[in-house]
Amino acid sequence: MSTEILMPALSPTMEEGTLAKWLVKEGDTVASGDIIAEIETDKATMEFEAVDEGTIGKILIEEGTEGVKVNTAIAVLLEDGESADDIQATSSAPAETETEDATKEAAPAASAAAPETPKVDQSPDWPEGTAMKLQTVREAIRDAMAEEMRSTDEVFLMGEEVAEYNGAYKVSQGLLDEFGSRRVIDTPITEHGFAGIGVGAAFGGLRPIVEFMTFNFAMQAIDQIINSAAKTLYMSGGQMGAPIVFRGPNGAAARVGAQHSQDYAAWYSQIPGLKVCMPYSASDAKGLMKTAIRDPNPVVFLENEILYGQSFDVPDMDDFTIPFGKAKIWREGSDVTIVSFGIGMKYALEAADKLAEDGISAEVIDLRTLRPMDTGTVINSVMKTNRCVTVEEGFPVCSIGSYISSVLMQDAFDYLDAPVINCTGKDVPMPYAANLEKLALTTTAEVIEAVKKVTYR
Amino acid sequence: MAAKKTTAKPNVSKDELLQYYKDMLLIRRFEEKAGQLYGMGLIGGFCHLYIGQEAVVVGIEAAAKEGDKRITSYRDHGHMLACGMDPKGVMAELTGREGGYSKGKGGSMHMFSKEKHFYGGHGIVAAQVPLGAGLAFSDKYRGNDNVTFAYFGDGAANQGQVYETYNMAELWDLPVIFVIENNQYAMGTSVQRSTKSPSLWERGAAYGIEGEEVDGMDVLAVKAAAEKAVAHCRAGKGPYILEVKTYRYRGHSMSDPAKYRTREEVQKMRDTRDAIEHVRTMLLDGKHASEDDLKSVDKEIKEIVNNAAEFSKESPEPALEELWTDIYATELPQEA
Repeated sequence: MSTEILMPALSPTMEEGTLAKWLVKEGDTVASGDIIAEIETDKATMEFEAVDEGTIGKILIEEGTEGVKVNTAIAVLLEDGESADDIQATSSAPAETETEDATKEAAPAASAAAPETPKVDQSPDWPEGTAMKLQTVREAIRDAMAEEMRSTDEVFLMGEEVAEYNGAYKVSQGLLDEFGSRRVIDTPITEHGFAGIGVGAAFGGLRPIVEFMTFNFAMQAIDQIINSAAKTLYMSGGQMGAPIVFRGPNGAAARVGAQHSQDYAAWYSQIPGLKVCMPYSASDAKGLMKTAIRDPNPVVFLENEILYGQSFDVPDMDDFTIPFGKAKIWREGSDVTIVSFGIGMKYALEAADKLAEDGISAEVIDLRTLRPMDTGTVINSVMKTNRCVTVEEGFPVCSIGSYISSVLMQDAFDYLDAPVINCTGKDVPMPYAANLEKLALTTTAEVIEAVKKVTYR
Repeated sequence: MAAKKTTAKPNVSKDELLQYYKDMLLIRRFEEKAGQLYGMGLIGGFCHLYIGQEAVVVGIEAAAKEGDKRITSYRDHGHMLACGMDPKGVMAELTGREGGYSKGKGGSMHMFSKEKHFYGGHGIVAAQVPLGAGLAFSDKYRGNDNVTFAYFGDGAANQGQVYETYNMAELWDLPVIFVIENNQYAMGTSVQRSTKSPSLWERGAAYGIEGEEVDGMDVLAVKAAAEKAVAHCRAGKGPYILEVKTYRYRGHSMSDPAKYRTREEVQKMRDTRDAIEHVRTMLLDGKHASEDDLKSVDKEIKEIVNNAAEFSKESPEPALEELWTDIYATELPQEA
């Protein structure tokens, strides 16, 4: 049976081209791989190879023809024993390809503002009457890792100075002694490499915890976090993913300059396929870390150096976890909603205390997880208070606060009595000088000022 | 430090030789068909063909056992066929259809098979190298004797993460075989224009990793070297590097006019070094197969490829709901 040789698409964007030159003539035999023509695409002149073997029976498009549409028959190839007389009349119109325009059928992405009360889970995090113990955030994270390592051999910790040094910030104190060097692994200073090895180990069925000495250094590894860890489940059609936790201190510490002081909350929160936690208290750090280690997806767990040493009540339970996507209302209020997470909560709570003295009742919400984000709890609160201030240390452009603002605009517009104000770090690299550093961060005073603005006081 | 080049040819049976011929021919015919479907607009975006390099994966796979893992770059069709993945599923992924290995959501560069321990299909040059070492880490952690083949090209060999990985792989004795498929061109830049170090495998010596150069146009030479590397890894001696000298006949991707080399250079490789012709000659000269036998092999392969192409056209595009699936897993993956 004769086959038509079609005008090929030779680039992702080519729709038509020039048949610059035939390198074969009618009657020539060709084998697959032989170059039969030169075709000018929108980008370059390309050699066009035969795919099948046979004899060139007829050339349908003369060389030098411009504007030949992709999939137009340009020649006819005969198989053994056929002659040119066997060629049936062929149309030189391009064959239709049957790709549908999916965009036509796609459902609209966003629904119109529907000010319904979102259903949220605001059940208590632990049963009433649970005994509590005072613990630092550092100890809480260590205990969470140790508990999960005790229960599952697949869980291991790797990173710089995590083993023999007991952690650059002493978060992994004692873990080497308990679990040994097979499961608590010091790495060379090689973030890109060990992040990739961690993701590969997760593909292989292990459950790595990869510690970055700080998240500033994870920028060396961000390709592995995003392109390899976050996207593989989707790219594999659900066949395989990476159950892995990337953790370490994030954000500004104190006087360490621009390269060591950055909040990555908004960066990672943008990525589908990642989950992102940024706890404030020790109990949340513990409960969320245990959930993170058990989660079958890659989790970015953003800690804070300043918070490591701060103590909080932690429920004294055998197995205490906090689900992702559940915000915590730290204090209820009626005049304004302050939304924060991580160390921003320190300013939010301090501001709420001082505002109470001025007779302003602030509701303070700790998002705890940024992806998935419990926007429902925020919306419900704003439907009550009608005003909102967000607080974070990160840069202002495309911040978590700006996302919350857009959610409120779309889903609670009719409930807002004032524009949402985002308290953020300033739009500058972190300065070293003590006075300038203080100025670059957001402060309790700024939160108070923002609340007074949205409440028109 | 530097290991000697493997010169001894392995004992290979007539059946094995015929199998390698079939495996290589399947890859070549499959890729030619993929090129054709690309030309027809049925395959979109990037499409990197493996034509010319067939002896590399077929030779390496000849040394693998069940449980061994493999991972590679975006020039991945040959690796998938060589480890036994279904040509229909691969071709349907190329056309972006529901019947593809990734339900049409991965494309030419991103396919995976848990069943065949094929871990992708990675589009960022050299990212698969630490991932491959991580796969090997998981086997060492579990204490089994599986090895991982981490394939990358001469272009990737200049990425920093390769050397970060070499360092840790040797430090931790990971059972990973780094297969450098040196096809001599990183897109349009020849090896000579990208480095002054004459051999890529020797760079492993700086980290204490043994390795060797292999003739990648000779499937038996690749097999022999792979067997040596595998034995090294399985014995717990850590990683091994194989720099397999090969040649890609086609452009870097479908839209590469390949003006950085002469047509004569390509034609010379095709005429004098072609890996498939090499085995074909061995089969005929050794009277292991007749012309008719090989003709029927050709026919058999053609049918497999045509069936794959048909399947890839008939399989429907993914349902629109698939846009929103497979972003998050709800349960931990099960061991394959």
